[in-house]
Amino acid sequence: MTRNAREADVLIVGGGPAGLAAGAELAAAGAGRVEILEREQEAGGIPRHCHHGGFGGRLTRSLYAWTSATRSPYAREGTDGPAYARRSVAAALDAGATLRTGVTVTGWDGPLTVETTGPAGLERITARAVVLATGARERPRSARMVPGTRPPGVYTTGELQQAVHLYGQRIGSRAVVVGDEPVGHAAAATLRAAGVHVVAMVTDRPSRTVRPRHRHTPLLTGATVTGLTGRTRLSGVSLRHEDGRTTTLRCDTVVLTGDFVPDHELARRGGLLLDPGTRGPAYDAAFRTSRPGVFAAGNLLHAVEHAEFAAQEGRAVAVPVLHRLAGTGEAPGGGPRLVVDAPLRWIAPNVTGPDGARPQGDRFVLRTARRLPRPLLVVSQDGRELHRQRLLSAAVPGRPFHLAADWADRVDPEGASVRISAY
Amino acid sequence: MTVTVTTTGPLSPEDAQANAPARDARKDAEGTYDVTVIGAGVVGTAIARELARHPLRTALIDAADDIGSGTSKANTAILHTGFDADPGSLEARLVREGRDLLAAYAAGTGIPVERVGALLVAWDEDQLAALPRLRAKAERNGYHASRILDAGELRSREPHLGPGALGALHVPDESIICPWTTPLAFATQAVRAGVHLHLNCRVRDIACDAGGHTLTTSRGPLRTRYLVNAAGLYADEIDRLLGHDVFTVTPRRGQLIVYDKLARDLVRHILLPVPGPAGKGVLVAPTVFGNVLLGPTAEELDDKTATGSTADGLHELREKGRRILPELLDEEVTAVYAGLRAATGQEDYRIQEYPAQRYVAVGGIRSTGLTASMAIGRHVMDLLAATGLETGEPRALPPLTMPNLGEAFPRPYRNAALIAEDPAYGTLVCHCEQVTLGEIRDALSATVPPHSLDGLRRRTRARGGRCQGFYCGAAVRALFEEARP
Repeated sequence: MTRNAREADVLIVGGGPAGLAAGAELAAAGAGRVEILEREQEAGGIPRHCHHGGFGGRLTRSLYAWTSATRSPYAREGTDGPAYARRSVAAALDAGATLRTGVTVTGWDGPLTVETTGPAGLERITARAVVLATGARERPRSARMVPGTRPPGVYTTGELQQAVHLYGQRIGSRAVVVGDEPVGHAAAATLRAAGVHVVAMVTDRPSRTVRPRHRHTPLLTGATVTGLTGRTRLSGVSLRHEDGRTTTLRCDTVVLTGDFVPDHELARRGGLLLDPGTRGPAYDAAFRTSRPGVFAAGNLLHAVEHAEFAAQEGRAVAVPVLHRLAGTGEAPGGGPRLVVDAPLRWIAPNVTGPDGARPQGDRFVLRTARRLPRPLLVVSQDGRELHRQRLLSAAVPGRPFHLAADWADRVDPEGASVRISAY
Repeated sequence: MTVTVTTTGPLSPEDAQANAPARDARKDAEGTYDVTVIGAGVVGTAIARELARHPLRTALIDAADDIGSGTSKANTAILHTGFDADPGSLEARLVREGRDLLAAYAAGTGIPVERVGALLVAWDEDQLAALPRLRAKAERNGYHASRILDAGELRSREPHLGPGALGALHVPDESIICPWTTPLAFATQAVRAGVHLHLNCRVRDIACDAGGHTLTTSRGPLRTRYLVNAAGLYADEIDRLLGHDVFTVTPRRGQLIVYDKLARDLVRHILLPVPGPAGKGVLVAPTVFGNVLLGPTAEELDDKTATGSTADGLHELREKGRRILPELLDEEVTAVYAGLRAATGQEDYRIQEYPAQRYVAVGGIRSTGLTASMAIGRHVMDLLAATGLETGEPRALPPLTMPNLGEAFPRPYRNAALIAEDPAYGTLVCHCEQVTLGEIRDALSATVPPHSLDGLRRRTRARGGRCQGFYCGAAVRALFEEARP
């Protein structure tokens, strides 16, 4: 087998918002040969197929997913997804980064060496620093263990948006959208754009926490999907309401939205330590993973934040990467881990250190498994309370909330894991 | 070479077996196939491949739009040794013979097979006590390589096994095989040798006369001199159309969960339950695609179309899987499916020839059918000859190489020479399964092409991975629709 061996100063795996921003920043800073590898034929990542506005807009509000609803007031700010993707690509190229599309990293062949496949052949690329920016995906029907038959007509938002916006494929006539996070509303908007009647949106959240977003689409709250029916084509979605009632919605299309997970295969194959909560690589405020020289940025670390958040991380990762290249970086991590107690699901970053580094925006981002009205967040280590903070609004599943980071210098670097609890 | 695979239109043997010597001189045979096989599953395609070696005009028909789309596509994909068969039964003989035939055929055609071995794990004293009996049964079946392992040996072979395993019977020759490539290889060879494959062709009625049979199908009439019933779940219904009432197929549903490739390192062998009065257990097995399988359930049903999974079934599997391999439950699920086994309430295959009717029934082929398929093909050939079919001199079929879907064998995306020759093999379309444009293009223009995205998945693995199409689904669909408008 012939593999062409090459070298780069920085190798960035993934040409979405985080990877492109990292490439642009590093190339502009004179990091040497900065190479971004994108496995799709076009770079840009998820925004390529998000035909709604809001990309690159104001960040202070909770415009958090890579998709926010077209009807959202925030959506008028910024630009649409494809334009954002093009702009991100242009910025990376203008800065002098090398962007190679249609090239897939298939595995590792050393601590900072990856193997690739592309139409031009096989390569083995060794870099002085590697940035993983492989992003996140929605969990499909199988991973959600939705029982029933396996007919065509079952989509995730990602597949639906590509089918409609990139390929102009026929979808169906009647659709049910599962999930009412912004990504669910984006899916509904894509369906309507494709001429599909949205029969209903379904969420397992109880009704009091949910506001209808579209006047023509009924929102069914407190309902879980119990099965799919149909043989040559989907014929219905069976639901059970929290009060025990069951029903079947007649439809030929269902879109399972949200429920993002990091696309972490490469990180795992490389033996990187994963955070049990995020399922992405464990990382500290300098975006360092458990392996020296391997950094990570974007939604691989936390599924998911919005595109501009990922891009900001991409820009921020440049600093520690440059330190690494200059040999001025601190000795890699190994600081105490941050762990959350149920019902909190995860916190990011989830490793403390290095000294003096604060997470992006000077705060940690968290998720909860169930709704917590104005929770009290308590940070402790070895039974010692480091910080307590009352949130002024509810913490809701699927949406980010934040914890101030000004206690970070009180962590004992030799101590046990730092616990974050919600009351 | 004239290759005939049809999904619409009349069912005529024109051009069938182009090199059949001077058969067209027989006026009475005009418009009539010599042999028709109903059912293009792994058994039907194996029979058709056997018939293709002879100068006969053969038709292979199926109600579905693809070969291997019933029980053959949704099973546990194990190439059995037959160690636990009922000694002396037809099944025991055909599994034993079929195993060697298929292992050799797989090696020759590139069907992925991995000899991972099986461990029948004992979780209680009763099961532990049953192991010597199972070993003795294996010996009676002519299988002498099995060995009983104590708890320590078992643990060193399977370090991720749940607590409480007391020992195991090791059957080193149990193997895993690609369940999709196998019938596709049979069908491809048969079709290339002149067999007509008619899909979307459901048999509604059968009329028999002195000259043979007239099948009334969803695609019109089909005349055939000899008839083979390999209709799987529907074999009893076809049998009744010929006036017999000797067996009833009761669909036994098996739900299975396929775990992500990142779970593959958790298990090294096929982990089988010890059969016993405590009820049926489930197995955990690697697949040739690099996944881990958990299942199946065993549910007796009436409905031969009930291939849906259920919340109860999946819950049961997860509970049993948690005991066998606790860490497996933390991994992502790539697919959930349910297959129906053709149980007849009998302990053996129901293969029966009816010379007066020029008819052979092949019923009750259970989960061992994949392993036994080639031996069943030979056996049915013998029965057809005994029934009066002049089979003529067999000839060797031209060799065949199937596209490799197995993780343990070289795949195009890692083949520099192939990519240099054609960059399409370096263009990945399905990222989770590393399927290239070249492989998808090849499958779409193959001898037996797919007629659905699922059919394409079974030929390439495209969109069969952990994302189930989130990344590549639309692209794969575009390629499929472009090739098959």
